[in-house]
Parts: sequence; structure tokens; C-alpha cells
Amino acid sequence: MKRWTRDEMARRVARDIPQGSVVNLGIGLPTLVANHLPAPCAADYREVMIHSENGVLGVGPAPAAGEEDYDLVNAGKQPVTLLPGGSYFHHTDSFAMMRGGHLDICVLGAFQVSGSGDLANWHTGAADAIPAVGGAMDLAIGAKKTFVMMEHCTKSGEAKIVAACSYPLTGVACVSRIYTDLAVLDITPAGVQVLEMAEGLSLGELQAATAVPLLPLIP
Amino acid sequence: MIDKIVPHFEAALAGVPDGATVMIGGFGTAGLPNELVEALIEQGARDLTVINNNAGNGEHGLAKLLALGRVRKVICSFPRQADSHHFDRLYRAGQVELELVPQGTLSERIRAAGAGIGGFFTPTGYGTDLAQGKEVREINGRMQVFERPLHADVALIKAERGDRWGNLTYRMTARNFGPSMAMAAKLTIASVHEVVALGELDPEAIVTPGLFVQRVLKIARAATLGGGFKTAAAGAPA
Repeated sequence: MKRWTRDEMARRVARDIPQGSVVNLGIGLPTLVANHLPAPCAADYREVMIHSENGVLGVGPAPAAGEEDYDLVNAGKQPVTLLPGGSYFHHTDSFAMMRGGHLDICVLGAFQVSGSGDLANWHTGAADAIPAVGGAMDLAIGAKKTFVMMEHCTKSGEAKIVAACSYPLTGVACVSRIYTDLAVLDITPAGVQVLEMAEGLSLGELQAATAVPLLPLIP
Repeated sequence: MIDKIVPHFEAALAGVPDGATVMIGGFGTAGLPNELVEALIEQGARDLTVINNNAGNGEHGLAKLLALGRVRKVICSFPRQADSHHFDRLYRAGQVELELVPQGTLSERIRAAGAGIGGFFTPTGYGTDLAQGKEVREINGRMQVFERPLHADVALIKAERGDRWGNLTYRMTARNFGPSMAMAAKLTIASVHEVVALGELDPEAIVTPGLFVQRVLKIARAATLGGGFKTAAAGAPA
């Protein structure tokens, strides 16, 4: 069995982002998705507007070395550029875009996702951890579709798709699709539906790595 | 003549009392009015409640204000950063109180104060620890949490250009919390890199109308330095 790499996961997410979408990419793994959106010269090019919650729509690629301007950063506080057509706005408007349902897709990392689409990605709940939520709760509930990108299991092998999250929740029933290194899964009213699996992986193996019953791939 | 331009830091920060609630603009270092925060340190007010997105970076500005024990409480969305060691230490020692607010809720609570709204219902945070003890209601088929406005005595914000009526424009993503904070404070103090004659700012492009601003101080432009990068806690989402 061959697990998908982080870049393969990002490429897989990018494939599901349609022409004309307004997309927010969370910190960490989801930022990789931007590298895999087809370039204007590609046959499958799609024009997408990337939103960053600190007040910018039409985020472009990272600036060349020496061209960084720290007045123009993304949510991870990394320097970015602005595409032609891009705009700046203040924080309250930026979160109105999110909360108001004006974003099509948001891609987030996660500690855990429940079978009903609850998301836990902001806090481990550890006693000495300093809690920091940022825009995670707004993002979780704000977009028309919330995609999660994460490893299928923790480093110690525990399932991250669970019946009920043990970590503190970020949002309730907000996740629509999960992309892991093993599979692509939809959260549906009937349960967690397998859409794709890594090459050579059996449904039994995937089920063993998942703590909720899976609805098998529809042939 | 209405003239909100002040000549120096001392005049800009004059009268900030002990116990004040102070909003500080900025998202990481972008839009953070570091010079005004340094001036607040000089000015001496203590027992402050600070509202900012973060809780200070490195050794300067808000981090220094915290390190000096001048802050009683921080209201923010994301205190944990790679270089937030002063806040981290004080928080772990129980020497600073933290009210953690989701970022969009923080911004909207600030706006609500400025707009004279008594609060609002938002779906953000419903069913989470941050909604504990708050009123919830189902509105349009969605569960929502009641959030109250956040007022301040003083707002320190960083803008790009200003005039003597207090009209402001901003630069790129340094705009962030500035416009909402300017609305929510009794005394808004803005630093600008350029003071222009009345009428020179394009009225179509003024972001903060002058009535929201009480004092404008020109400071030399220095490139915004990077910083305030988020850190992944152990096991945090990759």
C-alpha cells in the first residue's frame, strides 16, 4: 500500500476546487493546496480567488526573495503578493465574508473529525497548553463547504476520524469532506462515505484505521 | 479650526488613565502601532486591559508592556506565537488574565461597540468551550451564540496617511483591526506616515472618516518587520 504524500493530498484537494471559487486555505498543510492549483498555462486552468482572513482577497504567490513587504501578509503572517483584481478590506468585513457564507470552500487541518462532521483543530485541552483559537472557529462554520486535510491517524496510530471528538470542538457538524494520506471521505447524513482510497489499500485496512463505520466505495 | 494633529508622543498619549481598556491594532506585526505602544510604556499607565489579536511578540511593544507587569487582562484570539514568551510566562504564573475570543467574533464585538449595538448572535463557536455560559438561540435554522460589544477607553492604531480632521487611509493588510477599533474607543490615537492637507485624501478612498479619530501623530516610516508567526503546538494540525 502506498500512502499519499502531503503534496499528493494537496493536489487531490486542488482537483476539487472548481473554476471561479473563493477559497480560504488554513495554516499548515492546507497552504500546500495553493501550489497545486493549475497554472494559467495549464489545460485544466481554473481561476480561483484566495481569501485570507486578515483582510485580503486575490492572494498571489509568495514574493521573490528580497521583495517581501510585511504589510502584506497572509493568516500565517507570511509575506504574500496581491494578484491584479485583488483587494484589501478590514478585519470585520473579512470575517463577514466568512460568516456571511460568501466563501465557497475552506480547507483546514484537524486533530480529529467526528462521523457527523464535528471538527476539533484548535486546542489539545492539555493543562499547560496556552489556548489560541484565531480564526479557526469562524473558518469552520463560515464557508459553504469545509474540507479537512489531515493524516488519517496520529503519530501513535490512533484514528483521527472518531465517533465523538475527545479534543475540544472547533465547530459542530461543519466538515463536508476529509482528505487524508489514505482516503478521501465525505460526511453524509447516512455516514462516512469512502470516495477514494490510496492504491493497494483494502477497505478492511481503511476501516481498521477509522473509528466510525465506513460506507464502502460505490463502484 | 479643527486640528487633531499632535506634535509628539507625549501629547498623543496624554491622559491615558490607570485601569484603562486599550485596543491595539495589528495582526502580528502588520498594522501594529509599535511606536504608540512604546509611548504608552513611557507614559506609565498601568493595570490595563489590552485588546489585540495577539499577545505580543519578542521584546518590544505589547510584549514589553506585559513584561513590565502593566497589563491585568488580555482579550485576544491568538496569544500563542513563536515569540510570545512574555505572555506565556505571565499566563502560566497566573499573573495575567486571558479572555480568548474567536477572531471574527472579536472583530465584530469591537465593531458592535462602535456601532452602538448591544450585542449580536453568531454561529461561530456554538457547541464549543468558548460559548460556555453564553445565551444561545436558534435563528434561521442555525444555532447561534450571543456576544456582547467590546468598548475601549483608548485605541492605538497604525494608518498610512491622515489629515487634521482625522481622516485615515491604510496600507495593504496593515488595515486589519484599525477601522473597527477606531469606532469603538472613546479616544482613538492614530499614527500615520504622512500628514496631508485637508482635501488631499480622495474622499472616495478614505477608510476611516475623521470623526472616529481624536489624535493623529506623524511618525517616520520604517519597514514593517516580520514576526508573530504562529507556532504549531505539539501535535497541532500539520
